[in-house]
Amino acid sequence: MVLFGQFLEILIGGLLSGVLYSLVALGFVLIFKASGVFNFAQGAMVLLAGLALVRSLDLLVANGFPFWTAIILGLVFAGIIMAVTAWLVERFVLGPLVNQDGLTLFMSTIGATFVLEGASQMIFGSDVYPLRLFPTDAWFLFESSFPGGILVNKLDVWGGLIAGILVAGLAIFFQRTKTGRALRAVADDHAAAQSVGIPISWIWFVVWLVAGLVALVAATVWGTKLGVQFSITFLALKALPVLIIGGFTSIPGAIVGGLIVGAGEKLAEGFLGPHIGGGIEYWFAYVLALAVLLVRPQGLFGERIIERI
Amino acid sequence: MFYREAGQFKTTYSADMAIFPIRQDRVTLGALLAFAFIGVPLLSYFHVWPFGQDYLLRAILLPFLILALAAIGVNILVGYCGQISLGSGAFMAIGAYSAYKLGTGVHIPLAWLGFDISIPALPVLPSILLGGFMSALVGILFGVPSLRIKGLYLAVATLAAQFFFDWVFLRVPWFTNYAPSGSVNAPELNFVGWVVDTPIERYILCLIFVTVFALMAKNLVRGNIGRQWMAIRDMDIAAELMGIRPLYAKLTAFAVSSFIIGVSGALWAFVYLGSWEPLAFDINRSLQLLFMVIIGGLGSILGPFIGAAFILILPIMLNLVPSELGVPLSTETITHLEFIIFGSLICYLLIKEPHGFARLISLAKEKLRLWPFPY
Repeated sequence: MVLFGQFLEILIGGLLSGVLYSLVALGFVLIFKASGVFNFAQGAMVLLAGLALVRSLDLLVANGFPFWTAIILGLVFAGIIMAVTAWLVERFVLGPLVNQDGLTLFMSTIGATFVLEGASQMIFGSDVYPLRLFPTDAWFLFESSFPGGILVNKLDVWGGLIAGILVAGLAIFFQRTKTGRALRAVADDHAAAQSVGIPISWIWFVVWLVAGLVALVAATVWGTKLGVQFSITFLALKALPVLIIGGFTSIPGAIVGGLIVGAGEKLAEGFLGPHIGGGIEYWFAYVLALAVLLVRPQGLFGERIIERI
Repeated sequence: MFYREAGQFKTTYSADMAIFPIRQDRVTLGALLAFAFIGVPLLSYFHVWPFGQDYLLRAILLPFLILALAAIGVNILVGYCGQISLGSGAFMAIGAYSAYKLGTGVHIPLAWLGFDISIPALPVLPSILLGGFMSALVGILFGVPSLRIKGLYLAVATLAAQFFFDWVFLRVPWFTNYAPSGSVNAPELNFVGWVVDTPIERYILCLIFVTVFALMAKNLVRGNIGRQWMAIRDMDIAAELMGIRPLYAKLTAFAVSSFIIGVSGALWAFVYLGSWEPLAFDINRSLQLLFMVIIGGLGSILGPFIGAAFILILPIMLNLVPSELGVPLSTETITHLEFIIFGSLICYLLIKEPHGFARLISLAKEKLRLWPFPY
């Protein structure tokens, strides 16, 4: 019973932290779905959004604004920063690269990553900034059935709620609105979409903006968990296996992939870790993704990859 | 005027297929090599500025040579075969740690089978080369997914290699001979009686490696196998229809590339660092190598040299120039500026000149052939 309780606790913790990976992965999926660009810069965007938010928040609070006003103003400010970033990326990086192959676009986003990382730290500073938006204490559940109960972090639950709302909103946006439909058309074929009159640069701006706002949401949760700092960018790399497992083109895939990765790595760490030396968390997700790639390259929910000459 | 092949007649097929068919190219390369092999050591010996300083040899020329070698390896995979790799750092680490293990003696306890495997310590040269072979083996292993997946998916597969091997060398004490700090020291660099110790000796050693491997790579990419790689890169399905086996072409690219990267990793550890930790080969190293290749030129052997030089010299320039101008920048600002400059340069090059600086040089050559007449 103790073992089962431990298992349940690790599983729940893992699933909820997986949701946080999904938050980052969502940004990737959005951009990939809508522009066929694999956006390496998502992690840097989370960092930029987090830094913009936390620094403006600090400044506003120090100048005597009430906390809630400061939060709203901070969020608006960070949102504007993300919009400017989206515009700059579209104007100077992706716009000139329309109709290039995926690999070139991918490498250009690596370049954008470095610019964003350097610029955001140069402007907003490069320390660890604590962010206090959500409660970080824990609940103990089922104390009657398990000794010590099951520890559940409140922050993780918040993260789960937010992810759920985001997914619902995005699903409606993609399926029901005109812009959403245009986004999907652009993802299918840049040139064809352009030729039926879809303004491709506007679409790319919109999608980078939405991805930037998703990054902002991810930054609020991750920033509360770890403090806003440079290492947040590495979380973006964690989102890659999530995408592989879930499939690059699927929003539910990003969520399920996140859950699998979160639960899988926590369970592996908890039960395998002591036997082969800890720190499995570091690579488990990637090796899992590698295995999925060998069996089902398009991921669990991805669209079948069809190639034409 | 000076750079023109008029009058250089080729009378045999072998002359026609020579690696540098134009005399001016041969002369330039010969002069460069002569300067690198004879000039630099002499200048350094007689303490001619700036070659008399240890700093130039130790902190600029040595890493330049080794990283250029690694970048050649990356370029074979990324630039010639079109398989993107974010795991080059891991392959450098595999080369380094395999060479270390082989150089200090391998002992595999297999008590549960009733016997142990022990290999006595190998001399340095074989252990460096075998380190490269180990890296090539692992490269083939991680290249297997490339038969089913490509592009971004492959990037994640190579990222898996990166993170897995970071962890392995950090957490499995066998690889570091149970060193408590996790940092290991290179064995004495004794090459068949030549003990490499002073900076100038280290420089010459690396120069020999780089020259040999660069020539080898240059010959590979213009031969049969190199053409297969390029066909796969340009369109894999079409290449397959033409009778090129993707299995063979892709896996050889992975093997050759990882071999070169592995050897450079061993050199980086043994010759440049001396004592090192797994952190020396983390994801940032992989990205750095990828940048060198993009900046220098995808699909050229000259490119990695330019890229490596650029990436090493830019931070030094950022350090020197503002302080000379009287506005010293803090180290933090310099790091951030470096990030911004590299990033924007990459975007710029991808947009304007996808074949990097090497392409600019070949364009300049074309111009020079006609100069000063318009045609």
